[in-house]
Amino acid sequence: MSPLDRKLMRDLWRMKGQAIAIALVIALGVLMQVMMDGLVNSLDETRQAYYERYRLADVFAPVKRAPEQVSRELAGVPGVASVETRVNGGALVDLPGRAAPVRAQAVSLPDFGAPRLNDVYLAEGRRIDPARHDEILLLQGFARAHDLGPGDTLSATMNGARRRFEIVGLAEAPEFVYTPAPGELAPDDSRFAVIWMSETALQAAFDLDGAFNEALVSLTRQARVEAVLDAVDRILAPYGSTGAYGLDDQMSNRFLSEEISGLRVTSASVPPVFLAVSAFLLYIVISRMIQQEREEIGLLKAFGYSSLEVSAHYFKLVMVIAVGGALLGCAGGVATGRSFAGIYQQYYKFPFFVFKVDPPAFAIGVSVSILSAAAGGAIVLRRVFALTPAVAMRPPAPADYSRTVRFGGWVKRHLDQPSRMVLRRLIRQPWRTFAAVIGIGAGMAVAASSLNLLAGFNRVLAQNFTLIDRSDVTVTFIEPLSARTVYDLGAVDGVIEVEPVRGVPAVLRHDRHSHRGELSGLVAAPRLYRPVNRQMDDVRMRGDGVILSTALADILEIRPGDRLVVDVREGRQPVLDLPVVAIADTLIGAPAYIELEALNRALKEPGRISGAYLRIDKARSEAIYETLKDMPGVAGVSLKAESRAAVEEIMDEGAGSMRFVMTVVAFVITFGIVYNSARIAYAERARDLASLRVIGFTRAEAAFVLLGELGIITVLALPVGVAMGWGVAQLLAAGFSTELYQIPGAFVPSAFGGAALAVLGAAVFSGWLVRRDLDRIDMVSALKTRE
Amino acid sequence: MRQISTDGPVAFRTEGLTKVYGSEPAAVHALRGVDLEIPKGELVVLLGPSGSGKSTLLNIIGGLDRASGGHAWYHGLELTALSDAQLTQYRRRHVGFVFQFYNLMASLTARENVELVTEIAPDPMPADAALELVGLGARAGHFPSEMSGGEQQRVAIARAVAKQPTALFCDEPTGALDSTTGRAVLRVLCDVNARLGATVLIITHNAATAGMADRVIHFADGRIREVVENRERKAPEEIAW
Ligand SMILES: Nc1ncnc2c1ncn2[C@@H]1O[C@H](COP(=O)(O)OP(=O)(O)O)[C@@H](O)[C@H]1O
Ligand SMILES: [Mg+2]
Repeated sequence: MSPLDRKLMRDLWRMKGQAIAIALVIALGVLMQVMMDGLVNSLDETRQAYYERYRLADVFAPVKRAPEQVSRELAGVPGVASVETRVNGGALVDLPGRAAPVRAQAVSLPDFGAPRLNDVYLAEGRRIDPARHDEILLLQGFARAHDLGPGDTLSATMNGARRRFEIVGLAEAPEFVYTPAPGELAPDDSRFAVIWMSETALQAAFDLDGAFNEALVSLTRQARVEAVLDAVDRILAPYGSTGAYGLDDQMSNRFLSEEISGLRVTSASVPPVFLAVSAFLLYIVISRMIQQEREEIGLLKAFGYSSLEVSAHYFKLVMVIAVGGALLGCAGGVATGRSFAGIYQQYYKFPFFVFKVDPPAFAIGVSVSILSAAAGGAIVLRRVFALTPAVAMRPPAPADYSRTVRFGGWVKRHLDQPSRMVLRRLIRQPWRTFAAVIGIGAGMAVAASSLNLLAGFNRVLAQNFTLIDRSDVTVTFIEPLSARTVYDLGAVDGVIEVEPVRGVPAVLRHDRHSHRGELSGLVAAPRLYRPVNRQMDDVRMRGDGVILSTALADILEIRPGDRLVVDVREGRQPVLDLPVVAIADTLIGAPAYIELEALNRALKEPGRISGAYLRIDKARSEAIYETLKDMPGVAGVSLKAESRAAVEEIMDEGAGSMRFVMTVVAFVITFGIVYNSARIAYAERARDLASLRVIGFTRAEAAFVLLGELGIITVLALPVGVAMGWGVAQLLAAGFSTELYQIPGAFVPSAFGGAALAVLGAAVFSGWLVRRDLDRIDMVSALKTRE
Repeated sequence: MRQISTDGPVAFRTEGLTKVYGSEPAAVHALRGVDLEIPKGELVVLLGPSGSGKSTLLNIIGGLDRASGGHAWYHGLELTALSDAQLTQYRRRHVGFVFQFYNLMASLTARENVELVTEIAPDPMPADAALELVGLGARAGHFPSEMSGGEQQRVAIARAVAKQPTALFCDEPTGALDSTTGRAVLRVLCDVNARLGATVLIITHNAATAGMADRVIHFADGRIREVVENRERKAPEEIAW
C-alpha cells in the first residue's frame, strides 16, 4: 500500500467519530429516498400483480335485475374481453356478544369452476361445494378480527331472512383490499364482512333466480373505458342500471390508489428535502474538513505531488465517507423498506408482496452524496491549489482582524477578551458563520416540520371527531326512509338528540373534472354534524347551493360562484346543476353538502332521510345498540369511537406511518448537523485554544471561546430553522394529504418549540463532548510542531 | 518538462529577483532585487535578520513560490518561466526540503514519511537507507508523536535526501533544536552534501553556523549585503551555538 493510502486509513481512523457522524447523516438522507421509493414502487407493482392474478374486472355494472342472457350482449360490446355476472347483495351479520350488527356484502361464486372475473384468494380452508347452499367463504380480515375460522358458523340476515352458514374457508380479494364500514371512510376489519357463497343459493336469497344484479367486464388493451361504459349502460338501462363505473371509481381500488398516490407525492417531496439537507451538510463538513488539511496539501505539493495526485488522495478520503454513507443508506433503505413492506402487506392483506427498488433511487442517493462531497472537496482544493505551496504550508495567515472589526467603546466596556474573540471570529468569517447557521437551521427545519406534521395528524382527528362530528352514533338505513323515522329514533330510550341526514350517491362534475362520491343533505343549522369553515365557525346549510369540502374543491378545481353538476345515481337519477356557495374546512374525506329539504325537493322525494346522527346517554349505550339493530331498515350502526379508531389506524398504519420514521430520521440528522458543527469548530480552533491554555487561560475560559461561538451560531440558527421549517412543513403537509384526509400545514408553535429544544439539546450535548476533548487537550503536543 | 542537464558549474543564478506581498499601500517588499550565483555542489549558508527575505528567496528558487519580478535559473532551466505543473515536476525530481517545523505527517511513521517522497521520485534510495543515514534506522516504525524534535527533524532530513536531490533546501533546520541536536542535524546535512554532491542551501539565524559553509550569503532588507567564501570549512561539531 502506498504511504498516502496508509495515511488515508489512519486519518480516517483518527476522525472516525466525525466520519461516522457525517456518513450517518448522508446515509439517512439516502435511506429515506430508497425506502420511500421502494415502498411506492412495490405497492404499485404488488397491486398490479394481485389484480392480474385474480382477474379483477375493469368495469362494474350494478343493476336491479337482469336475465343471464344479457351477458352475451355485453360480451359483444367492442373492447370487452370477458364478462362475468353475479349476485351482490347486502347482509347484516349478527355476532354473539356484539350489540351493533355488522354490515356485510354477500357475493356469489359460480356454481361451476372459478369466476372468470373477480376471483378470490383462498387464504385458509377450502372452496365452497356448490351443492351445499349453506357453505360460505368469509373475508379473512373480518374472520380474524372476530376469531372465526373454517368450521365455525355465522348467522346473517339477507333480504329479511335470517340464516345460518358454515364457514369453510377464509378468503381475500383484490376488490376488497380496502374495506371501510358503511358510511365511513376508514376501513375497519371488524366492521365489514364479505360472504362468498353459491350463486344459486344467493339468487334464491335475493329472488333473482336465473338473473344477476351485477355485471363485471374486463377490457381488451385497446378499449376505451368511456365508450364501453356507455355501451354497457345502454344495454343494461332496461334492467334498472344505476350506472356502470370503471375500476377508477371502484371503492377499494380508489382508496388504494389514493394511498399509493399520496405515498408517491410524499416520496417525491419528503426524501429530496432530507437528501438536500444531508447533502448540504456533507458539502459544508467536507469543505471545512479539507480546509483543515491545507498545510498538508501544501506539503504534498512541496514534495512534488501534482495537483491531480493530491486531489485523488483527498477525494478518496472524502469518498470513503460519502460513498460509505450512501451505501449504508441504500442498505438501510432496503432493510427498512422491506420491514415496512411487511407492515403494508399485512395492512392491505395482499397475499404476496413484491419489494423492488428502482435503480434510479439508488443512483440518485449515491450520486447526490458523491457530488456534494466532491463539490465540498473540490471547492477547497481549488482554493488551496491557487496558492503557492509556500503560502499553503504557512499556518493559515493570521486572519486580518484589523479591517473589519474595530470594537467601539461600548463593546470594550461590556465584553471581556474571550467574548470579543468569539465575536470577532464570527464576524470575521461571515460565510462560515452563515453556512453553519444555515446548516443547523436546516437540521432544525426537518425536525420542526416533522413535529408539525405529527401535530397536523392530531388536528385532523380532533377537528373531525370533536369539532365537526359531535354525535355518538351514526345510523345508516338500507334505503331512504320517511322523515318520521327521526321520531322513532328519538323515542328510543337513552337517545338524547337526533339529526337526520340524506346522502345520495352521485358523480360530481365541473369542467373536465369529476368525482364519484356523495351529496349529503344536512339540516339547516346542524348541531351533531356541523361543517366548519377555516375560522372554525359553523357553516349554515343552504338550499340555494352546495357547500364543498376543501378537498373536493381542489379535485374539481371549483370555487364559490362556479356551478357544480350533480349526476345523481339513485332513484330517478336526476342531473342537478347547483352553484357552489361556500367551502368548508373538512379534513376527512371529500364531502359536498346541501340543505336536506332542498335536496329532497330536487330529487322529488320529499321527507326522505338515509340516516341520522345521534347523541345518546352513554350509560345506556348497550341497550340502545340492541334496539337500533333490530329496527327495520337499519343497515348499519357506527359508533364514533370506532370510526375514530379506524381513521387513526389508517393514519398510523397507512401512508401516514411514514411520518414516524421521518421524525426519527429528522432528529438524527439534526443531531448530526449540530454535532459536526461543534466538532469542526473544535478542530479548527484546537491550536488557538491550546495557546490560550498555555498563556494562562483557564479551561472554562478556553471552553467559553469555543462554545460561545457554537452557542451564538445555534441561537442564530433557531429563527432560520423556524423560517425554513415553516416552508418544509407546508411541503410535508401537502405531501401527506390524500383524498382520504388532508393534513393542515398550520403552524403549531409547540412543534417548533420542540425542535428548537432538540437543537439546543443537541448543541449542549455536542458542546459537552467537545469540551471533554478540550479539557484533555495536550498543550505541548498541540504547540510542539507549530510556530 | 524537458530533462535538464545538471552538469554546468553553476547550480542557481538569479537576476534582479523581486517579491512583493500584498498591494500598496500595505505592500511588503520581501525581495528588492537579488542577483546571485551558487556553484554546484556547494554548501551555502544564508544569514540575516528575521524578516529580511531569506525564506522568500529559498522558496522561490526551490519552486515553492513565485517571484514578482526578475529571473531565476536552475542550471539551464528558467524557474521563473515555469508553469505550475512544471514547477511541480522540478520539485519532484530535483529538490529536497527541510522545514523549520519538520512538517511530518502525523499519521505516518518515520519510514512512511520518507516513502511518501521516495514513491514519486525518479531515483530514490531505500527509505531505510535514508533513515540509516540520519542515524534513525532503529526508529523507522515510530510515529512523529513518539519522537523528540531533533529526531523529527532528522526524519525530515531523511525524507528530503531520500530522493537523492540535486538541491537541498533547509529553512532554519536547527531553529527549534538545542545545540547538541542541532549539531547532529548539521552533521547530517554536511554528509549529504559530501556524499550525494547535492547543492545545499541552509538558512539560519546562528552566525556561527556559517563556519561550516563554502559560501555565506548575508541578507538584509530584501537584498544581498555581502557574500563571503570560506577558505576552510569547519566541522559542525566545532561550531559554537
Ligand atoms: N505570505 C506572505 N504574505 C505577506 N507577507 C509575507 C508573506 N511571507 C513573508 N512575508 C513578509 O515578507 C518579508 C520576508 O519574509 P521572510 O522571507 O519569511 O523572512 P525571513 O525568512 O528572512 O525571516 C517579511 O516582512 C514577511 O512578513
Ligand atoms: Mg524565514
